[in-house]
Amino acid sequence: MACFLIPAGEAVITTITQKIIEHKESSAGKTTEEVSEKSVKMPFSAKIKWLNGMLWGGSALLAFEHIWHGEIIPVFPFLTNAANPEDAAAMLHEMGTAGVAMAALVTAVWGAMVGISHIIEKRSEKSDNDAEVEIK
Amino acid sequence: MTLLITVFAAIAATLVWYFNTRRRELKLGALALMFWGASLMWLVDAVFEYAELGAEFFSPAAADMLNDSYLGLCVVALGLTIWLGMLLFSDPKGVIRNALTNRKK
Repeated sequence: MACFLIPAGEAVITTITQKIIEHKESSAGKTTEEVSEKSVKMPFSAKIKWLNGMLWGGSALLAFEHIWHGEIIPVFPFLTNAANPEDAAAMLHEMGTAGVAMAALVTAVWGAMVGISHIIEKRSEKSDNDAEVEIK
Repeated sequence: MTLLITVFAAIAATLVWYFNTRRRELKLGALALMFWGASLMWLVDAVFEYAELGAEFFSPAAADMLNDSYLGLCVVALGLTIWLGMLLFSDPKGVIRNALTNRKK
C-alpha cells in the first residue's frame, strides 16, 4: 500500500544526520578516512552512508513495486488507498506495522554492520600494536 | 519470486564488490546496498504475508509466480539503471566531461 514511505522518511532523516556529521567531521579536521600512523579508520558519516544506501535504494525499488501494482498513481492523491477513509485506515495500519518493521529491520542490520566493522577495526588496531611490540 | 530474484541480485552485486579492486570508483557498494535494502524490505513483506496466509504462501498460483518473476527482473533492471545513472553522473573516468568539452571546442 504505502509501507515504503516509512523507510523513505527515515532515509530523509538519516541523510540530514549524515550531512551534519560529515560537516562536523570535516570541521574537526577529519577527511573521508581518518588516517593514523597505524591503520585506516572509517569515519561515522561513511557508515551512515550504508544505512542511507539501503533505505533510499530499498524505498525506490519498493515504490516501483507499488507503481507496478497500481497503488501509486500520477494524479492526486497519488496513493489509490488514500482516496477513501476505509482504505486510508488500512493503509495507515500497514504503514504502522509492515513499514515500521521494514525500517527497524534495515536499521538493525545496519547496526550489526557497524558493530562488525568496529570489531574488525579494533582487531586491525590490535594486530598493528602487536606488530609494533614485536619490532621493539 | 521478487524477493528471491532481488536476493540473488544482492548476492551477485556483493560478490562483484568484494572481488573488484575498483569498487569505490564503480560505486559497487551503492548497488549492493540498494539490492540488500530492497531484499530486507521484501523479507518483512513476505513475513507479514506468511502470517496472513500460512502454508499457502509457499504454493502460489503459476500466474502470480510469473508476474512476480517479471516484477523481480524489472526491479533488477531498475536497480542497475539507477546505479548506471549514478556512475555516469559521477563520471569517474571523465569520459562524459571530455566528450562535452570536445564538442564545445
